Amino acid sequence: MTPTTPRVALFVTCVVDQALPEVGVATVRLLRRAGYQVDFPQGQTCCGQPFFNSGFRAEARTLARRMIELFEPYETVVAPGGSCTAMVRVEFPHLFEDEPAWRARAEALAAKTYELSEFLVQVAGWQPEASATGLRVTYHDSCHMKRLLHLGQEPRRLLAAAGAQVVEMEESDRCCGFGGLFSIRMPEVSNAMTAEKLRQAEASGAPLLVTCDPGCLTQMRGLVGEGVRVEHLAVVLEEMGDG
Amino acid sequence: MTVTTLEFRQAAAAAIADPRLQGALEGATGKFRSARSAALAELPDADALRDHFKALRSATLARLAEHLETFERNAAAAGAQVHWAADGAAACRIVTEIARQHGVALAAKSKSMVSEEIHLNQALAAAGVEPVETDLGEWIIQLAGDPPYHIVAPAIHKTRQQVAELFSELTGESLPADDIPRLTAVARRLLREKFLAAGLGISGGNLLVAETGSVVLVTNEGNGRMVTSLPPVHVAVVGIEKVAPTWDDAAAWLALLARSATGQPLSIYTTAITGPARLGDPDGPAEVHVILLDNGRSALLGGTFEEALQCIRCSACLNICPVYREAGGHAYGSPYSGPIGAVITPLLFGLEEYAGLPHASTLCGACLDVCPARIDLPRLLLALRAEEVRRGLLPASERLAERAVAWGMAHQRLYQLGAEVGRLAAKPFTHDGYTDLPPRLNPAQERRLPGLAPRSFREIWRSGELDETWPTPFDSRPPPC
Repeated sequence: MTPTTPRVALFVTCVVDQALPEVGVATVRLLRRAGYQVDFPQGQTCCGQPFFNSGFRAEARTLARRMIELFEPYETVVAPGGSCTAMVRVEFPHLFEDEPAWRARAEALAAKTYELSEFLVQVAGWQPEASATGLRVTYHDSCHMKRLLHLGQEPRRLLAAAGAQVVEMEESDRCCGFGGLFSIRMPEVSNAMTAEKLRQAEASGAPLLVTCDPGCLTQMRGLVGEGVRVEHLAVVLEEMGDG
Repeated sequence: MTVTTLEFRQAAAAAIADPRLQGALEGATGKFRSARSAALAELPDADALRDHFKALRSATLARLAEHLETFERNAAAAGAQVHWAADGAAACRIVTEIARQHGVALAAKSKSMVSEEIHLNQALAAAGVEPVETDLGEWIIQLAGDPPYHIVAPAIHKTRQQVAELFSELTGESLPADDIPRLTAVARRLLREKFLAAGLGISGGNLLVAETGSVVLVTNEGNGRMVTSLPPVHVAVVGIEKVAPTWDDAAAWLALLARSATGQPLSIYTTAITGPARLGDPDGPAEVHVILLDNGRSALLGGTFEEALQCIRCSACLNICPVYREAGGHAYGSPYSGPIGAVITPLLFGLEEYAGLPHASTLCGACLDVCPARIDLPRLLLALRAEEVRRGLLPASERLAERAVAWGMAHQRLYQLGAEVGRLAAKPFTHDGYTDLPPRLNPAQERRLPGLAPRSFREIWRSGELDETWPTPFDSRPPPC
């Protein structure tokens, strides 16, 4: 790569880092294919969302400050997770409502942070070459990505460009039941919600259920039956290849 | 009454284990959802109307006292008597005192969530007045001794078989469950007797219109009109937040209420009551009382939670909520269920007692999508959770765990160490990439937890394998760039 190659910093998210490294690997490869050099700031851990969602604001602020400092030197930040991106984009500025200096830094980070499919479509203007597999896929609109970031067309466009046939399920934006610690606090409700989600996904007839959120991915994988594979968008796009 | 996380979980698990109940929930909420979508689509610009309504509700609450005083003045000018009740007990006392003054033995009620909130039926019974619910759904749950299951449709958890049994017991006849017209005819006959015999009619109020001092009722069965016109005295109990300054404002309110609730452009009956019967009126009560109920509402004004008072009780948030649709209404332990119930129940009745409710949500945000007043319920739930932490209401074990994990996450090395320890600890329970969950977290043994990966992403990155020739797990072709 030449020194003029544009750079992005990868915010890999803690779930991808520890449980789904193949999603991180696929993300790096996609970004490189789109013409970007990828940096991985080693100090990154968790964005603080679980603590924020449980009401532990002070702890969430500590982790948010770390994230802000860590990514401050980079021009652009990309994450393969809608919910984590929404935490940075929407909640970080809220967390510092009473601290103007930190709020300004939080807003600066929010303004340069993108969810992966959003970055590929809206910023990089990249799309995979069609490998014309005609593979039927159905897409799960994860809650924060759809409702806080208003992203839903971007992953569908990428899948379609790669040659997949995107089949819509009923209520594609119905929650998968994860909700972070909700799945631990109320496992019966959480599992029942996931079962309903998977029933709707299976009814679409697509053998591949795609999402952009590592949390939804682990939740749905935990309960999915034999006939359907649950996969992250980045891995699907990589697997279909545009070589 | 308390609802802890565990109590919610247990009640919800019972509902989830009942396939009939699950079918009834999905059927009823599904009908409401599709009817709502269709009804809003008929408006020239539903989003703009919701924006307008949000601004209107917000502006009204900012000057609530003024609007209530205007209402009081105009209602009094129309001949109604306005009472102020600081809490539920005060409201119940006012109603029972009115009943006593008129020597009332039987009170006919139209559906009112506020009366459920203040347990008015119990107070009436204790004062020797028999309360009879005349909304069909409310009557069914009154006969069954159940709290409402849903804000708009209180008896959606009852099957026609159960209704037939209740009615058979009441009439001493054997009523078949598959003869709905006959069941309805029984209700009609028995309730009509009550309307004619009642000395007092009790209603809630969907909204108050300040500029004319009117109480507006939105109903579908016609019982609301009977309750407010046949008995000689009518008492309306209404929460103080339900005021529209003008009829123009009321028009926006009514355009959204039935559409959001049942998908009707308007409900079958929209009734405005402005004072008692006037000279020459063919019918109507001789006395009208309006009780303005605070019961914790004014304490929310001007604070983080004021927005919750914008609610008009349409139930659109219940019908869309993926948690309500599984857990059902009774898990909330409150007349107000679903997302709005999870917010206002702790606010009105105590966060200490209802500490589980703010956690009965995945924060998915579907409720905000459909709320006619665009109440940001997820943000209010988050604020309640933060309030619980501030007041130390979470179990000590959870507080400790959350803080310890957050501290670890704030140190890269501890984070990595924690993950390594997790890998080792999970190893005996991990098979084919999935880790067994302890029974508490996996009661039906149906769920598998995708385990921690053998190597983290950062390990792979550091190893240098992830250069341009690194193959993906599925594709060994070299990358193009």
